[in-house]
Amino acid sequence: MEWLVEHSTTVLILAGLFGFFMAWGVGANDVANAMGTSVGAKALTVKQAVLIAIVFEFAGAYLAGGEVTETIRSGIVSSDAIKDSPHLLIYGMMASLLAAGIWLAVASAYGWPVSTTHSIVGAIVGFAAVGIGMDAVKWDKMGNIVLSWVTSPLLAGFIAFALVKSVQKLILDTENPFARAKRYVPFYMFLTGFMVAMVTMTKGLKHVGLKLGGFESVGYSLLIGLLVAVIGAILLTRVKEIPEENRNFRFTSVERVFAVLMIFTACAMAFAHGSNDVANAVGPLAAVHSVLMSGGEIGAKSALPHWILLIGAVGIVFGLALFGTRVMMTVGKKITELTPSRGFAAELAAASTVVLASGIGVPISTTHTLVGAVLGVGMARGISALNLRVISTIFTSWVVTLPAGALLSILFFYFFKGLFGG
Amino acid sequence: MSLGSSIAGLFGRSPITPLQQHYETVHACTEALVPFFEAVIAEDWERARACQKAVAELENQADTLKREFRKNLPNSLFLPMPRTDLLDMVGMQDRVANKAKDIAGLMLGRQMRIPAAVAEDMLVFVRRAIDASAQTMTAINELDELIETGFGGQVVKLIERMLEELDQIEGDTDEQQIRIRATLFTQEKDWPPVDMIFLYQIVDWVGDLADRAQKVGGFLQMLVAR
Repeated sequence: MEWLVEHSTTVLILAGLFGFFMAWGVGANDVANAMGTSVGAKALTVKQAVLIAIVFEFAGAYLAGGEVTETIRSGIVSSDAIKDSPHLLIYGMMASLLAAGIWLAVASAYGWPVSTTHSIVGAIVGFAAVGIGMDAVKWDKMGNIVLSWVTSPLLAGFIAFALVKSVQKLILDTENPFARAKRYVPFYMFLTGFMVAMVTMTKGLKHVGLKLGGFESVGYSLLIGLLVAVIGAILLTRVKEIPEENRNFRFTSVERVFAVLMIFTACAMAFAHGSNDVANAVGPLAAVHSVLMSGGEIGAKSALPHWILLIGAVGIVFGLALFGTRVMMTVGKKITELTPSRGFAAELAAASTVVLASGIGVPISTTHTLVGAVLGVGMARGISALNLRVISTIFTSWVVTLPAGALLSILFFYFFKGLFGG
Repeated sequence: MSLGSSIAGLFGRSPITPLQQHYETVHACTEALVPFFEAVIAEDWERARACQKAVAELENQADTLKREFRKNLPNSLFLPMPRTDLLDMVGMQDRVANKAKDIAGLMLGRQMRIPAAVAEDMLVFVRRAIDASAQTMTAINELDELIETGFGGQVVKLIERMLEELDQIEGDTDEQQIRIRATLFTQEKDWPPVDMIFLYQIVDWVGDLADRAQKVGGFLQMLVAR
């Protein structure tokens, strides 16, 4: 441990590099899935989607990412089991980052739909259970996390179903859907702003050092929701009904109204993704940092330094810029079926679920949540063909990713242990 | 690199557009009967042959589209309407084109002449049968709207109104058929009996064409009513 503390800068730089690598993987893979929906619905161009992703991923990570980072940092590995050998946590977290990063790169190269969250959680559980001991893993907490991987897509699907049904009832299935859309869409915008603001204020801001009372939080969230709705309503005044374009498909003008709404839900989606998935890269790094700074004391509460978050955010942006745009284009091209009136529902449902999970500090898979939401839209008979084989692919990726991440991280763990001394 | 395939892989090919494209081809096939009948009435067999070829070609195209449609509808797809219904639907659509091809084929093969007394009525009759097919196509084109609204009542009502009109058109063809038969009855002793028998059959088949188009509409109504 002394050696590590003496060379803490070197170790931190190394850990930072691994964290950057992992964040790069998150950016290349996950973000494209989250933002591809808006691109596919033609609500945003790829360039706009990347810009929104950069701004809101960062905001989400910074303002609402604290709880999940906390879970990854100290919620899975029991501090009691390693208080005598804190250096093992450093090896383990570095090994996890490297393992998950490599696994993501390999999986991406082959086009397997793996989840960044599953990779990192598998890796952390792997090194802790094998490298330190079975009781080093907080199994009860792990149980909750795994359970949330099942419930989050279900919840998102349920919300999406309700949203689509409400749109069909309130707007599409009426005499004058265009006028109705203009009247009701700002309400969905309000919902988007309110939901994101509410979770952030009650759960996220305390990690930035801001404390708000429950009453204040509700008040501010209402205000933010209203503000979003007003901005949206102003944008909507520019959308005009063009009768000619509705000849082939009667809802073409209506869809343009929803396309404006989708800009907002895309922001919410990027925010939600940032709040949950940036932690996958930042959490282990934060763990390494806090052990080193406290000189070997485990579980010491130390504020998350800004540069750690910055590494995560910049890594994501790099991954996004280098590979994400291309993925977004491919994903976007394949999901044109998801028109704005359906896509917004999927995005809003997924974003709500993910932000909620971020609020209570549960690391979930954004992609799988979005898949659940899209299936929810399908259940409302809103999509003409859904490929159910994806569900089995997702289960396969679960079964493969958890042990693969674990195995790699165990390997790297022993490698570091041999290299730096146990 | 093919990244992030889970979201993209979630979306199967929509069966709606291919279904609509198939009927468009079927309808084009029925429409090609008009120049064919004109050529037959003018007893221009050269032109009639070319027109029959066009009908047969469109029918072939429809067949290919039908086969492709069936191939692209695997069991693993989750659809807003029963898969078997969609498969049945494309089969019924195809039967409209088959009838058109049969009509043109038989008439050209026997070089059937149409008595001048019914020629005018016959053309009107054929056009009305094609109107039935056109009306069916309009209703089929509402399918995207139907899915967008999740089988919303407004679109269902609209489709039902269209189908009511389709029934009316089909009723018209029935009346025209009766009238043509009556005229033919007054003419038949002046013509070779075998020719007359086949001409009655053609009149029957044109009526069938409208009938089959109406059946597609009826099936659509069942699909929508759930």
